[in-house]
Amino acid sequence: MKTLIHLKVNGTEQEVAVEPNRLLVDLLRDELGLTGTKKGCGTGECGACTVILNGKPVNSCLVLAVRANGGEILTIEGLKPPGGLHPIQKAFVEKGAIQCGFCSPGMILSSYSLLQKNPRPSEEDTREALSGNLCRCTGYQKIIEAVQDAAARLTSKSTGTRR
Amino acid sequence: MKDYSVINSRAARIDAPDKACGNANYIDDIRVPGMLFGALLHSPLAHAKILRIDTSKAEKLAGVKAVVTARDAGTAKYGVSPARYDETLFCLDKVRYVGDEVAAVAAVDPETAFEALSLIQVDYEALPAVLSMEEAMAEGASLVHDEYAGNIAAEVHHEFGDVEAALAQCDLIRTDTFKSKRQDGGFLEPQGCIAECDSRGYLTLRTSTQVPHYVQRTVSMVLGIPIGKVRVMKPYVGGGFGPKASASAMEISACFLAMKTGKPVKMNFTREEVFLHCRARHQFVHTLTTGVKKDGTILALKNECHLEGGAYSSFGIATVYYAGSLLGGPYRLGNMKYDGYRVCTNKPACGAQRGHGGVIARAAWEQQLDCIAEELGMDPIDFRLKNIMEAGNVSCNDLRMNSLGMKECIEAVREGSGWGQKKGRLPRGKGIGMACGFFVSGAGYPIYRSDTYHATVTIHLAEDGEGIHVYTASAEIGQGSDTTLAMIAAETLGIPLDSVRISSGDTDFGVDLGAYSSRQTLMTGHAVKEAALDVRRQIIDVLANELRVDPAEFDVKDGVVVFTHEGVDFTHIRKRYLNEHRGWRGLPEGNESLTFQEAARIAYLAKGSIIGKGRYKPLPLGGTHKGAAVGTSPAYGCSAQVVEVTVDMETGRITVEKMTDAHDCGFAINRTSVEGQMQGSLSMGLGEALFEEVKFDAKGRILNPDFAEYKIPTCLDMPNVGTIIVESHEPYGPFGAKEVGEGAIMPTIPAILNAVYDATGIRFHELPLTPERVFMALREKHIEKDHKTSVEGSKIHG
Repeated sequence: MKTLIHLKVNGTEQEVAVEPNRLLVDLLRDELGLTGTKKGCGTGECGACTVILNGKPVNSCLVLAVRANGGEILTIEGLKPPGGLHPIQKAFVEKGAIQCGFCSPGMILSSYSLLQKNPRPSEEDTREALSGNLCRCTGYQKIIEAVQDAAARLTSKSTGTRR
Repeated sequence: MKDYSVINSRAARIDAPDKACGNANYIDDIRVPGMLFGALLHSPLAHAKILRIDTSKAEKLAGVKAVVTARDAGTAKYGVSPARYDETLFCLDKVRYVGDEVAAVAAVDPETAFEALSLIQVDYEALPAVLSMEEAMAEGASLVHDEYAGNIAAEVHHEFGDVEAALAQCDLIRTDTFKSKRQDGGFLEPQGCIAECDSRGYLTLRTSTQVPHYVQRTVSMVLGIPIGKVRVMKPYVGGGFGPKASASAMEISACFLAMKTGKPVKMNFTREEVFLHCRARHQFVHTLTTGVKKDGTILALKNECHLEGGAYSSFGIATVYYAGSLLGGPYRLGNMKYDGYRVCTNKPACGAQRGHGGVIARAAWEQQLDCIAEELGMDPIDFRLKNIMEAGNVSCNDLRMNSLGMKECIEAVREGSGWGQKKGRLPRGKGIGMACGFFVSGAGYPIYRSDTYHATVTIHLAEDGEGIHVYTASAEIGQGSDTTLAMIAAETLGIPLDSVRISSGDTDFGVDLGAYSSRQTLMTGHAVKEAALDVRRQIIDVLANELRVDPAEFDVKDGVVVFTHEGVDFTHIRKRYLNEHRGWRGLPEGNESLTFQEAARIAYLAKGSIIGKGRYKPLPLGGTHKGAAVGTSPAYGCSAQVVEVTVDMETGRITVEKMTDAHDCGFAINRTSVEGQMQGSLSMGLGEALFEEVKFDAKGRILNPDFAEYKIPTCLDMPNVGTIIVESHEPYGPFGAKEVGEGAIMPTIPAILNAVYDATGIRFHELPLTPERVFMALREKHIEKDHKTSVEGSKIHG
């Protein structure tokens, strides 16, 4: 039996009929075509499927789609402003934080979530916040540098707006 | 130092924006209309005879389109090295490990495919399984393959110089045994593929591979289709590190099912299947005997190695050679004996992983060298420097170091880490250690014996002259080869990186042996450079003719034609170009310099499509002994590392506090990418040193086939690395470049081991250094110390 659920994904209202055992990651990837969300393990261990659900980062492979009913979701596709990159994406590109790129969408969304809560995180805060996102390529150093760089860009930008 | 416009910079990777936005397509992101989903039936037993396979129930299930076994697919043997083809697509008469492939199905959706698997009835007769090297080598042990007597699938016996005579002259001889554990690749993207077969029998396989070329050959050979009818395409790949460097049963099954059903077939490994099909690092047990003179000169090394290979040979014949040959350097060593044995067991097959075959040999030896330095009363760095090879040296097993910045690397980490202030001066529980290593920049020979080119490349000039398109079958798997190769093309032609487009990873684009043995930058880089020079020559010939100028009198730089003298009149070229682009914006005007674009357009008008061709294969390398090919390379990268650790003396928990790494990559095409390879290598080495181990139960089943129980480093485990690039300008590398992707892992494990010894006074001879292992050793040492104190009443150092 399918259930009709309503979601707001990247600002767009969606109405989808889903099986009760459908995972959010599969809903996003298979039904909505949002394949930027990656599936690395399917059991909540690698963090590649991280999305922002109601303001919090979640492993979308551990969330049943029906549980996201009425929720608001941000995926990697929704982060990019038109005609450019989000400052976090920009920092990841410029600092060499991306190698194979399979962890990048999840890593970037975890970073986004961190910077929402803590605009000037220390290196330790950053490592703590990203510890649920595995990366086998980079040794994490350039990722941490990118997040620090993005934090600097975002805070200087917001200071600028206030003035 | 030459002035470069594109290379040696920190250019952002060309694939990074798409990857950052979720626009980069990996295999599981691709869907083809009407595609079926395939799944593999794995053996539940480690060793058993297959008595009967009944697929009738599965075939009757609604939605199932094909069920195939060895009866359908045949029993053509394949593997990695033709010297040890010992696999068939599906098991015919027996299974050899838990996970061995017995059948495959294709169905309308994954759920139906999995249900169909459960309906296949297989009757087995269990056979005794051998699950460790000890069991496998025991008298009368059950044989994994009848043709491998004593379960030894491959053995190597080499001697260079005269080891016994050299040992007789040594003042100090030391023997140690060192044991590692099976490692998993731990890449984030599970393997997947999509196979399609058109009505004329042309097969297209999209797959997450490091080696489109070898997959193409294997599919062609096993399924009996001409190579020209098999196209292998690699989408973006989420890491490989070795385990994706050979054709898998999944890839061949998908092709077979696509041929059988006439429909596209998609298959994916679950994370558990990734572990089952690991083909990653073997377990190694090395017994090393090293002899030195009192002054620290290393005279001889005896190396005996057993490696546990699992049920099939895969890369193993190369692995068993590498475990010997890669100790030929980076120290001057006149006498070396190696006896290597690859042992079959009823466990998943092992293959290649970053630092193929050499990582544990290196760990064992670099730790032993530290012990020897201590016994000689020498600083470990001084001891190494005393024996270090230099550019121009040839190892006793015929590895030629045309460039080698080993000494520079050691000096860089000594200074960069503050070694002098720290070594021997850290408090109990804190330690510092160092080690060195080197690795090939591309295997000197293909995996199959052949005179093939290792890389062929074409570069097409856009007809409007705006830019070029590089076509290569090389494999971007995350290491950054697309960007590196595009940078080489841009630099060679004198145009900006933005004017270069690259399409890679497709067997229709040429021959390229792929991403393994750290070969893309050097080998494909050469072919790209040659193709770019060809394009350049074709453009310049036309231009020289048009302008009546000698080709030597101008150059192209930053997209502009630069003349060695003034007064060259190119107005007729500009006029012609402008005439062809009426209504266009941003056109060159007036007296501004002649652009590459104008010159290239003129060349196209004169000659038609301009295509540059490049190719590369190394000159013959190595000695004449059996197996001399393994370890040869046109160039060798090398590195030195210093690691600082804290060991919790109560719990045994090790924290790696700081790492300093210097790597000689010859010449950094992209400095950011070189650092990224170094840092990533160290992270993988740290994981193997501290926690990674694939564990099995008594029935040969993997106990930890997931990232919860098989731990790879997180960002809390991995410290920042002082990353130092050393450039020795390799004469046989494009622009002087050589490897970085694997050599950088070599010193990591022994540097950690040596630091842990410095912190605890304990030498560990078995990996990984889990808190439990360290705690037990600390406790034992404590008991021993108490005992000695009470017996001798003397203070023990440590």
